[in-house]
Amino acid sequence: MNIGWYLAVSALVFCTGAAGVLTRRSPLVILLCLELMLNAANLALIAFSRMWGNGDGQIFAIIVMVVAACEVCIGLGLVVAIFRRRLPIDVDEMRELHG
Amino acid sequence: MSAVLFFIAGIGAVAGAIGVATVRNPFYAVLALVSHLLCLAALFLLLRAEFVAAAQVVVYAGAVMVLYVFVVAYVGGAADPVRPAGGPGLRAASIVFAALLFAELLIAIIGSGLKAIDTKGAAYQPGFGTPNQIGELLLTRFLFPFETASFLLLIAAVGAVVLARRRGGLDPDHDELMRTIPVKRPLGTGTTREGVGDVNPTPGMGSLPIAVGAGDESQERGR
Repeated sequence: MNIGWYLAVSALVFCTGAAGVLTRRSPLVILLCLELMLNAANLALIAFSRMWGNGDGQIFAIIVMVVAACEVCIGLGLVVAIFRRRLPIDVDEMRELHG
Repeated sequence: MSAVLFFIAGIGAVAGAIGVATVRNPFYAVLALVSHLLCLAALFLLLRAEFVAAAQVVVYAGAVMVLYVFVVAYVGGAADPVRPAGGPGLRAASIVFAALLFAELLIAIIGSGLKAIDTKGAAYQPGFGTPNQIGELLLTRFLFPFETASFLLLIAAVGAVVLARRRGGLDPDHDELMRTIPVKRPLGTGTTREGVGDVNPTPGMGSLPIAVGAGDESQERGR
């Protein structure tokens, strides 16, 4: 297939993730939708790497995977800490950063 | 043949993405994301990125999704929002925003000056996408991002442990609860001396010849 088809799939997955981040209230599902957006960016990077014929885009995709893994660890740690303090797990209620 | 595989994997990836964004249960949303990641790995294979496809399956669908499943199993019962989502207005606004973003991205793709988007990419070289090429690139041209990514992973691991650790006891409420209960009991309650009979002797137990020493004491007490 042409590279443009892969970019179209990437754009569609990215927009679906953006709609999910805006709509959902659970921070777990918002982290999942952020994963969708990062994976869509990875697909675009791999498509451009195939278009140019060198491996720079694949290196960028691996670095994006590292950043996504760090984001998942910190985000889920925050969710567990919020749950332990018996606070409501709702993104509209999480607007203060006091201990 | 690659067109059929592309449409199967692409439709699977988009269906998984829509499932993640719309399914109510967080556990089923995680499963939808796993299926989306597997279809995305198939798309990576179609783009001749073998190492990144394997890393996608091992790192994402293996490790990160297992972490998600554990946190959903731990927090999942309370993760349902107390009140429903932000109402039909917010949902319609988010769908309109996503549609406008998709239209903008399609205009950017179609109207870009990159003529190679309409082709199948550059001519395939035998070493493209192999671990050999990626390892060489990581240690020569991209050495600094590679080392920075290592430090970032270390900082994230330490931060996650600090965030999720317990702070004394099982629960702060339990410590407060145990501290307020006034427990009063006679001295020696629950010890071995109580079992022998030296503390709080049970009436009638003294006359039984349980042991030689106990017998002597009971005889003395009988006098």
